[in-house]
Amino acid sequence: MPRNSRMSNEVNAGSMADIAFLLLIFFLVTTTIDVDKGVLVKLPPWSEEPPETLELKKRNVFSVLVNADNQLLVRGELTDVKELREKAKEFIRNPNAAPDMSESPNKAIISLKNDRGTEYSTYLEVYNELKAAYRELREVESQKKFGKMYEFLPRDKKKEINNIIPLVLSEAEPTNFGDEK
Amino acid sequence: MSKFSRKRGKESPAISTASLPDIIFMLLFFFMVVTVMRDSTIMVANNVPNATELTKLEKKSLVNYLYIGKPLEQYRGTYGSSPRLQLGDKISEIDDIPLFLEEHRSGVPEKQRPGISSSLRVDGEVTMGIVTDVKTQLRKSNQLKINYSAKPRVD
Repeated sequence: MPRNSRMSNEVNAGSMADIAFLLLIFFLVTTTIDVDKGVLVKLPPWSEEPPETLELKKRNVFSVLVNADNQLLVRGELTDVKELREKAKEFIRNPNAAPDMSESPNKAIISLKNDRGTEYSTYLEVYNELKAAYRELREVESQKKFGKMYEFLPRDKKKEINNIIPLVLSEAEPTNFGDEK
Repeated sequence: MSKFSRKRGKESPAISTASLPDIIFMLLFFFMVVTVMRDSTIMVANNVPNATELTKLEKKSLVNYLYIGKPLEQYRGTYGSSPRLQLGDKISEIDDIPLFLEEHRSGVPEKQRPGISSSLRVDGEVTMGIVTDVKTQLRKSNQLKINYSAKPRVD
């Protein structure tokens, strides 16, 4: 008889799996493991003193201005965001050695300035395009030099590429013309 | 004799099912431990823009989240409708950032502190004014590693 009662206990354990399954499925469905992704940015350290003004050759500066109406002024020209990446790439690499474009990729400086009224989505899109331009250039360089994708290069080789094409993006203090919403 | 052997034959599968709950429970506990439930309810609109140049945030414990957006409908009465900053689970001022960062930092082992990054979850419609103020405050607090949270976009 005691044997029998133990047997009935084991039947209970069988339904335990169902209960656990139910819980498991509940957790699987409800928890969204949201992989948090984003555009990585390194801010310059804060200093009370105004930054020293650097004398830069005009040809080495790729200025991007975004106004409160989310319009882009790239080197004095009204530009669509879609053209920004190509323009930036051409500027940085300067394949035809144009006199008004950067002397070499490691001398190119991107200057980004926006208004306090600029929409964040536009700002991020512009930032994204500039980053993308650099990524694509590095990819090309990596293929040329090592015949491998940049992503799969070891750290020191990545550094080498980064030294050839360094990302120099300076953000100016925003203007304050537009309305903040 | 034949009856006995039949009973034995039936019993052996029953043993294998008995270990099933343990396995399932193990999986369950794994999921319960691994998934970090976000304890803060988001009180501001938070529709992050799309981007392509994305980096994955590595360690959740080393990330603090700053939400910026317009307060949701039910909080408009208290906080107004202009974009606000949310730290943890309450709407805060820009000046509260250093304390918030310090609180997070104190919970991180000292060795890992240089790896702390801030994830800015900013609604796409917000204007840059408040974002700039937050960025300036982050720079003043020496929190320079930031991440503009964004959804992946397919070109």
